[in-house]
Amino acid sequence: MTSAAGVAEMPAAISLSGICKTFGAVRANQDISLEIQAGSIHGIVGENGAGKSTLVSILYGFYTADSGSIQVFGEDISIGSTAEAISAGIGMVHQHFMLVPTFTVLENIILGSEGSGGLQRSMARAREEITRLASTYGLTVDLDAIVSDLPVGVQQRVEILKALYRGARILILDEPTGVLTPQETDQLFEILRSLKEQGVTVLFITHKLREIMAVTDQVSVMRGGEMVAHRNISATSPAELAELMVGRPVLIEGIWHEASPGNTVLAAERLGLDGGGAPLIDEVSFEVRAGEILGIAGVSGNGQSELLELLAGIRVPTRGQITINGHSISPDQPASPSMIRSLGVAHVPEDRHAMGLVLPFSAAESAALGYEHTPEIGDGFWFDPARLNARCSRLMADFDVRPPDPALKSSLFSGGNQQKIVLAREISAKPGLLLVGQPTRGVDIGAIEFIHRQLIGLRDQGCAIVLVSVELDEILSLSDRIMVMNGGQSMGIIDRGRADARSVGLLMAGVA
Amino acid sequence: MMRTSLPAWMDIGLLPLINILAAFVVAGVIIAMIGENPFVALMVMLKGAFVYKGALGYTLFYATNFIFTGLAVAVAFHAMLFNIGGEGQAAMGGLGLGLVALALDPVLPAFLVVLLAIPMAAVFGAIWGLIPGWLQARRGSHIVITTIMFNFIAASVMVWLLAGMLMAPGQMSPETRSFADGVGLAQMHVIFNAIGIPMARSPLNLSFVIALGASFAVWVLIWRTRLGYIIRATGHSERAVIYAGHSPQRIIMITMAISGALAGLMALNEILGVQQRVILNFTSGYGFTGIAVALMGRNHPVGIILASLLFGALYQGGAELDFEFQTITREMVLMIQGLIILFSGALAYMFNPVLEKLYHLVVFARQEARGDG
Repeated sequence: MTSAAGVAEMPAAISLSGICKTFGAVRANQDISLEIQAGSIHGIVGENGAGKSTLVSILYGFYTADSGSIQVFGEDISIGSTAEAISAGIGMVHQHFMLVPTFTVLENIILGSEGSGGLQRSMARAREEITRLASTYGLTVDLDAIVSDLPVGVQQRVEILKALYRGARILILDEPTGVLTPQETDQLFEILRSLKEQGVTVLFITHKLREIMAVTDQVSVMRGGEMVAHRNISATSPAELAELMVGRPVLIEGIWHEASPGNTVLAAERLGLDGGGAPLIDEVSFEVRAGEILGIAGVSGNGQSELLELLAGIRVPTRGQITINGHSISPDQPASPSMIRSLGVAHVPEDRHAMGLVLPFSAAESAALGYEHTPEIGDGFWFDPARLNARCSRLMADFDVRPPDPALKSSLFSGGNQQKIVLAREISAKPGLLLVGQPTRGVDIGAIEFIHRQLIGLRDQGCAIVLVSVELDEILSLSDRIMVMNGGQSMGIIDRGRADARSVGLLMAGVA
Repeated sequence: MMRTSLPAWMDIGLLPLINILAAFVVAGVIIAMIGENPFVALMVMLKGAFVYKGALGYTLFYATNFIFTGLAVAVAFHAMLFNIGGEGQAAMGGLGLGLVALALDPVLPAFLVVLLAIPMAAVFGAIWGLIPGWLQARRGSHIVITTIMFNFIAASVMVWLLAGMLMAPGQMSPETRSFADGVGLAQMHVIFNAIGIPMARSPLNLSFVIALGASFAVWVLIWRTRLGYIIRATGHSERAVIYAGHSPQRIIMITMAISGALAGLMALNEILGVQQRVILNFTSGYGFTGIAVALMGRNHPVGIILASLLFGALYQGGAELDFEFQTITREMVLMIQGLIILFSGALAYMFNPVLEKLYHLVVFARQEARGDG
């Protein structure tokens, strides 16, 4: 535990000691102690399930700690509700924005603190106050714009303004960059720095080490519900933080090596898919060869998900043609997911909770999804739990799934192990083409390394891989070629050698 | 819906027992309030359901109805479909069975008529389940609404036919003529007495054996066939089923047909087993009680058989209560059944948080005692 001895004249913005919180049998937070210096940017980093969200929820009054004390600016307080957190000067920007999409920015900001009396008068007063705040902190937003018309990065600024308008002196940001382009992320960091200059304390929760290194002053690392280390950013490195998070040394880079592509396995020609209004996918063409990974980059919601579902047969294209191993699929000749699977295509879906697994099923049952008819599992009519369990045990051993218990409910595995179950199922089908969506979303660092190795290994065996991910780092570190999508269109395909975060980021933002 | 983290034996064993106990305690308090001794009343009920001559037979007879309708609800529920239409599906099952029996009994030997009539009960029930299933799958009409509507339609069709073209000539009540001699299912006391085991007279018939067979078949279907696997997957996540390459719409229709067929089989017990003619309202609410049976039996055939026994005993023992006590009326018995449905159906998880807390306290205490805290 650090004692923050050097800055004794100023009380810490937040001082926690001995915070414990259990849910049933799970100890989500154990004896957490933490000091956050006023006017600093403090990062909290940890894997999924390390207890970051629980800790933040306690600070913001969603949960009450079982024991322990909280001091804010030197005063002992108890935070029993979000209202109490707000009045103590704590503001929060959630991972998923809490905005009314059809309201204007101004309406959204004053929602919940409208004041009494006529709305017009308080709106006028609020407008003045918010304009002042916006110029102080460099948070330029058009107050009369409708929120749903604004880009995500600007919506996030609205959230920050909302917290400041409520008098927040401590701002908590929970995984704020998940929905942002690299450029928007940089802009957010600028904003955070200017908040800090104005004396606002920022608590920055993330699992991305690069962001911790880029923007924070101090960092605290959580693992398994405990606070395992506090570091000054100037005195640490990503490798050290990764090791602290996982509890063992981790290799982050350097899994990729040169590919040797073969014949074209998948070709998409001028694919189109219509949704309600604008086309979800428009004029997208590309090819993938055996033994290479085509990464598809893009900010979430720019057509990548739909593209993956088109290729997997879950959606039927409105225009264009897909050719897989010489077999063509078009609006007139659609193919069902099982037909596509029979062409040697495996699919690791983006949403493993709704699609990749059936959460209430046992791991063994989930590991059969999509392959119930294969001889390995049954003859198409009967369903043999014993064979299923035996098969699942084998897969679990091969893919290091923990705990290796085929009877355990799918929902009780950690994100990383759930993903390993899905990957094991799909890779064991020995596909010629693998479609992968968000392979490491919600997956801990240790498992990320494992999953990346599996993907590269599969590529080396001659499998063509289409990789969709919103994690640009992941795309950059695994792909042989990268296609960038924006607004349902392909912004171009770049070879690995010419791709970096900046060039891809500009394409993601739609700047060709 | 809240999911429990209790071990299985507590979830499917202890919790239902606590629920039934709670229902009986409340019922007992009410009986005490009207001036009767609840313990005496309980004894009368137990004797009425199990001890008196023929009582057990009646209890099992009623249980047979509940097993069929309970299974029907359970199968649909595994696909997350709430089939409220057991009542109508059972009525149509009776109609299908009756049509075959009435048409063929002049020309075919009795056993052949029975063999042909039994599947017809299932087929008619299946059709009456399939139509709402189709409407749900292809048109998005909610299954709860449509199955309720189909109960009314079935009831009206039955009145129209039984008071019309199917009504036996020369009589006034809305029912068909009796089937030919031997067109029915053998009663158990006849069979047992024939092989030398004495058994009191009761309406219990071979349908009970068929119901047990259906329970086993449902278990096999749900947990030992590919179709059952996909039905369960549909119930949990339609997206996962699409991903796996199946059509949830198709599965919904198949499931509703199976569900309707099981409800339709209830007619075997009442029509082939006892009446040997089609009468009006022979379903008398068993289709609805099947919902409570399935809820209480946690949609598992074993649980459904146990819950059916309980409800059968309530029906039979309740009638005895009504008979023995001046103050306890038929309505009072309905109230006790209502309480059981309330506690084990609607409030099934009411004691869950308490039980969970206690359980974790015990587990923690043990861990502490072992010294790994």
